[in-house]
Amino acid sequence: MEKGRAEVSYFRAQARWRPLELAFWAATLLPFVVTPSYLSLASQIAITALFALSLDLLLGYAGIVSLGHAAYFGFGAYSAGLLSKHYLGEPLTGLVVGAAAAGILGYVTSHVIVRFRHLALIMLTLGLGLLLAEAANSASALTGGADGLQGVKMSPLLGFKFDLYGRTAYAYSLAVLFCVFLVARRIIHSPFGLALRGIRENATRMPAIGAPVLAHLRKVYTIAAAMAGAAGALLTQTTSTVSLEVLSFGRSADVLVILILGGAGRLYGGIVGAIIYMVARDQFSGLNPQYWYFWIGLLLVAVVMFLPNGILGGLSALRKKPQ
Amino acid sequence: MFASLAGVLFDGFAFGMLLFLLSVGLSVTLGMMNFVNLAHCSFAMIGGYATVSLANRYGWPFLATLPAAFVAAGGVAIALERTLFRRLYRASDLDQCLLTIGMVFISIAAYAFFYGTVVQSTPMPSYLKGSVQLFGMSFAAYRLFLIAMGLVVAATLVFALETTRFGAQVRAAVDNQRMARGLGIDVDRAFMITFALGGGLAGLGGALAIEIVGLDHAFALNYLVYVLIVVAVGGLGSIGGSFAAAVVLGVSDMAGKYYFPWLGAFVIYLVMVALLMWRPVGLFGKR
Repeated sequence: MEKGRAEVSYFRAQARWRPLELAFWAATLLPFVVTPSYLSLASQIAITALFALSLDLLLGYAGIVSLGHAAYFGFGAYSAGLLSKHYLGEPLTGLVVGAAAAGILGYVTSHVIVRFRHLALIMLTLGLGLLLAEAANSASALTGGADGLQGVKMSPLLGFKFDLYGRTAYAYSLAVLFCVFLVARRIIHSPFGLALRGIRENATRMPAIGAPVLAHLRKVYTIAAAMAGAAGALLTQTTSTVSLEVLSFGRSADVLVILILGGAGRLYGGIVGAIIYMVARDQFSGLNPQYWYFWIGLLLVAVVMFLPNGILGGLSALRKKPQ
Repeated sequence: MFASLAGVLFDGFAFGMLLFLLSVGLSVTLGMMNFVNLAHCSFAMIGGYATVSLANRYGWPFLATLPAAFVAAGGVAIALERTLFRRLYRASDLDQCLLTIGMVFISIAAYAFFYGTVVQSTPMPSYLKGSVQLFGMSFAAYRLFLIAMGLVVAATLVFALETTRFGAQVRAAVDNQRMARGLGIDVDRAFMITFALGGGLAGLGGALAIEIVGLDHAFALNYLVYVLIVVAVGGLGSIGGSFAAAVVLGVSDMAGKYYFPWLGAFVIYLVMVALLMWRPVGLFGKR
């Protein structure tokens, strides 16, 4: 009995909201007041953060390296786009459909993915991502091919139109990000989340304490795919277009960079990484994209060599040192 | 139908040889040192641009630029191995992936800065142009040259690894690093030379690729996928496996482009995913 209570209080202590977190979420509302002309960028950041959060569940918590996570992002984006083009433009339905479609794809592919580790896993995720990108490129009758999916019409969200300034878009993206974040936070602080971390640390020892490793990995893969699909659907709905770029290897690599930069295996790693990456890219948008990638490359080398746990990991190491 | 089939097989085999030259270095370094070097095609790009510079600016004959491409890429590989890569031999797959992807980005930007974004080409000597008549069919001379190069490199590598003293040391270091060190083999030196060899072969492949697929700043990323496919499918550290995988992929890519052009690169990815699901350690992998 005593032991059970100790466990419960451990989970409670882990899951407690810290003042810094509340301050952070309050600060996400600032763009409405402080930088109203940058709201479209802010909604892009929220979408990217959501995408990075979904990869964080896989990579940071379950230890599944993926070089093709854009597959689910793009699948959600195209599902939501096709739905609003051909049937109905109601955003929330589109969001659910995008997430569900990507989740189903994630569930189907997870049966293959979770059985592999190391190089084979990296190659398989890369291969599946490329396969889907090629399929979308070939099926141009359905997806519009290289021209992108045209004619995505969004109806107002709960009575609010998607305006030119991106006010609705940001409010919508932020709300979805926050809701999904709550879910991810709950998952991570649950016994299931703890089991995932155990699998990440030692996948051969976990079955010995009765954890069904493959089933757990399939579950988290499906959840992460659905989250990525929701992020893709958000991108479709806030920009009213889908291009092949949503499925590209570049997007998979970018989100990995963002997560590593912020700090994988930390709840806020993807979000912090997305803010820094997207703001920096916007500031250097005058720069030729090729040269932008020079700095990203340099940053990656520096992070791997000097900041193995990302920016958040570096910060928390700094905070612990003086004590 | 038969002539076109033979043509596809020939072109596919030549393309497979190119893939083999590009990827065999990675197969050796990845299999030996467990180092996931996604920047392998950046070494190929060093070789390619060395050839372009020497041939176009200084008027070197094409064949003379090939050893230069090998040396240039191998030299850079040694420098990077000494400074960066060796510190990550024991790091996770992910860290190695990220570091080398960063280097891919840097190399792409650097080449776009120095050479622009146009596709580079280099003049071919007259004996490599045109085609050769054999058995009533015509074969492109350059592709025959490519096939010869691939076969020579494969034979040399197999010979060097199987019969020389250095090859024995390398194989010992692969099989059991601690034991090899205990026997007094300088594993670090063996690894450095192998890494240089891998980079140099990539440089040679990059130089030979110019005529077939062109060379631009994005080469390091565009051909990375092909190279990884060959290595992952062929099995780590297996030269024969890389050879077989390169031929299978070269032929299936050519056949796909010839018979199902609307599918694009879909066929090659499908072959890769299917092969990996069937045999995760590759066709000839041991682990």
